[in-house]
Amino acid sequence: MSWTLALPILVPFIAAATAFLLRNRRGSGWVSVLGAVVSLGLALNLLAMVLQHGVIATQVSAWAAPYGITLVADYLSAAMVLITALIGLAVAVWSMAEVGQTSTRLGFHGLFQTLLGGVTGAFLTGDLFNLYVWFEVLLISSFGLMVVGGRKKAIDGAVKYVTLNLISTVLFLCAAGLLYGATGTLNMADLRAAVAAHPDQGLMSVIAMMFMFGFGLKAAVFPLFFWLPASYHTPHYAVSAVFAGLLTKVGVYALIRVFTLIFVGDTGLTHTILLWVACLTMLTGVLGAAAQSDFRKILSFHIVSQIGYMVLGLALLTPAALLGAVFYLLHHIIVKANLFLVAGVSRRLTGSSDLYAIGGLYRSAPLLGLLFLIPAFSLAGFPPLSGFWAKYALVLAALQLQAWLVAGIALLVGLLTIYSMTKIWAEAFWKAHPAGRQPVLAQLSARARWLLLAPIAALALLTVAIGLLPQPFLEFAQVAAAQLLDPAAYIAAVLPEGRS
Amino acid sequence: MEAVLAILSGGLTAAAVWLMLSGNLLRFLFGLLLLSNGVNLAILAAGRLTMGTPPLLGPGGALPPETMANSLPQALLLTAIVIGFGLFAFALALTIRAYRAFGHLDVDRMRLAEPEEGGK
Repeated sequence: MSWTLALPILVPFIAAATAFLLRNRRGSGWVSVLGAVVSLGLALNLLAMVLQHGVIATQVSAWAAPYGITLVADYLSAAMVLITALIGLAVAVWSMAEVGQTSTRLGFHGLFQTLLGGVTGAFLTGDLFNLYVWFEVLLISSFGLMVVGGRKKAIDGAVKYVTLNLISTVLFLCAAGLLYGATGTLNMADLRAAVAAHPDQGLMSVIAMMFMFGFGLKAAVFPLFFWLPASYHTPHYAVSAVFAGLLTKVGVYALIRVFTLIFVGDTGLTHTILLWVACLTMLTGVLGAAAQSDFRKILSFHIVSQIGYMVLGLALLTPAALLGAVFYLLHHIIVKANLFLVAGVSRRLTGSSDLYAIGGLYRSAPLLGLLFLIPAFSLAGFPPLSGFWAKYALVLAALQLQAWLVAGIALLVGLLTIYSMTKIWAEAFWKAHPAGRQPVLAQLSARARWLLLAPIAALALLTVAIGLLPQPFLEFAQVAAAQLLDPAAYIAAVLPEGRS
Repeated sequence: MEAVLAILSGGLTAAAVWLMLSGNLLRFLFGLLLLSNGVNLAILAAGRLTMGTPPLLGPGGALPPETMANSLPQALLLTAIVIGFGLFAFALALTIRAYRAFGHLDVDRMRLAEPEEGGK
């Protein structure tokens, strides 16, 4: 068994246990940061191994596939693990300035690391039931994080978040159980051949739809997204940021994995539905955002609309479209988490998240203004930031297929995104503060300033770097897309000779 | 036997949907419990149901003469039941917390995080 694949999952749990035991001491936040640094190193190592060897896999406890649980990393998985570690580190640092003593005592940092461990596990597993277990791990820790502040509003948001996510979990479980009953395997690589060879393809399509519903609810696609804007603006800002960056993307990842690896027999049905779902998700998300006036609510609706772009890449299912989806996924996680962190700082400075009650940030804190503009423009797709290349790749893929309507919707949604971002800019940054306050960064202690701004600046720098030097990232996404479309290497890495 | 379980599972699901649509948080949770039990039964049935033939190999690794049940779905079920129990316990605790915070469990009136139109 190779530790390269196991350690990125184990380390967050070790950090979680340590942070939980130390929750009454002062150091528990730093334990979380240390855990995140180690995770980042391990994720880089994993990526290096994958770049060197292609797809790598290991069998847990040496039970041979397809009977044991397989851990497997291809380009997409390795990149997702790296980006999880990166966001984990940024938010772990940031959270130390926001999360107070009460939440720390309740085990915030432990829950946070458990969440990261669950997300990493979901990206690395090659077994469908194991994926269910990882979903549960990240779900239960996200429940804890949601309510850890204990405010009434957070309880309200959590009720909707918890109940709707539990339904999706039950459906996912049901689909996995029925698929095992029909094919006799749960190993994802093995399932590809087993599903294709099954005599009753209609049954397979039914099970595929159950997976689509289960993962779609997690990914917050139309019409299953209602829990997201109902809850993401209620917990701590650090929690919002990590949820916004990672959680829905686990759903998107699972959709991409299952609908490129396992259910490709009836793309006329499944991927057509996905295409419509993607377009409607983009539109409803961006229109919903236009109606909001709360900093975090606008951003929450934009998560929904951006999820649409990623699902669009999956639905078109060409090399160019999947390239766009993978690139979009990676770019979006960085940008979205960063925007929530900026929202958190703006809340600290101005005392509110209601856009009509705040203002004056540009005049008194121009640095924060700059740090907002980078991810905001990137989200909307301005060149030369990372979002431009992501949207460019997807729209190009749609045009190559002569899907004019789809390309048009994608461009229109980009335009409407600018509208929302300009609204935030005009209200929070440009206009004077209605109560005449001067929200300056010097209000914060030097420690808080560093902890809050350094992660934001680092993520913004990364956005600019990807935007200015997109070539290596695009090439990486191209290989990742090729691996998704032709999973021969994935299957060969997982299964022993002669079974594929 | 499969037919009985299929009907039972379907009945549980129908009852669950009925409860979950009632608009009361506690009933919703009971519905969720029934739903997960319905799903558990479906998975159990998917693993083949046999009477009195345990999934044990004979001497020398010989397969038993009768068709036996697949034991993996049962193992999956145990995992799912344990996980479901934990999640349900959390959801129940959250419900109590919500009741203390709002004084009712009517989900239509839980609008604190999403105020109605005009409420800034």
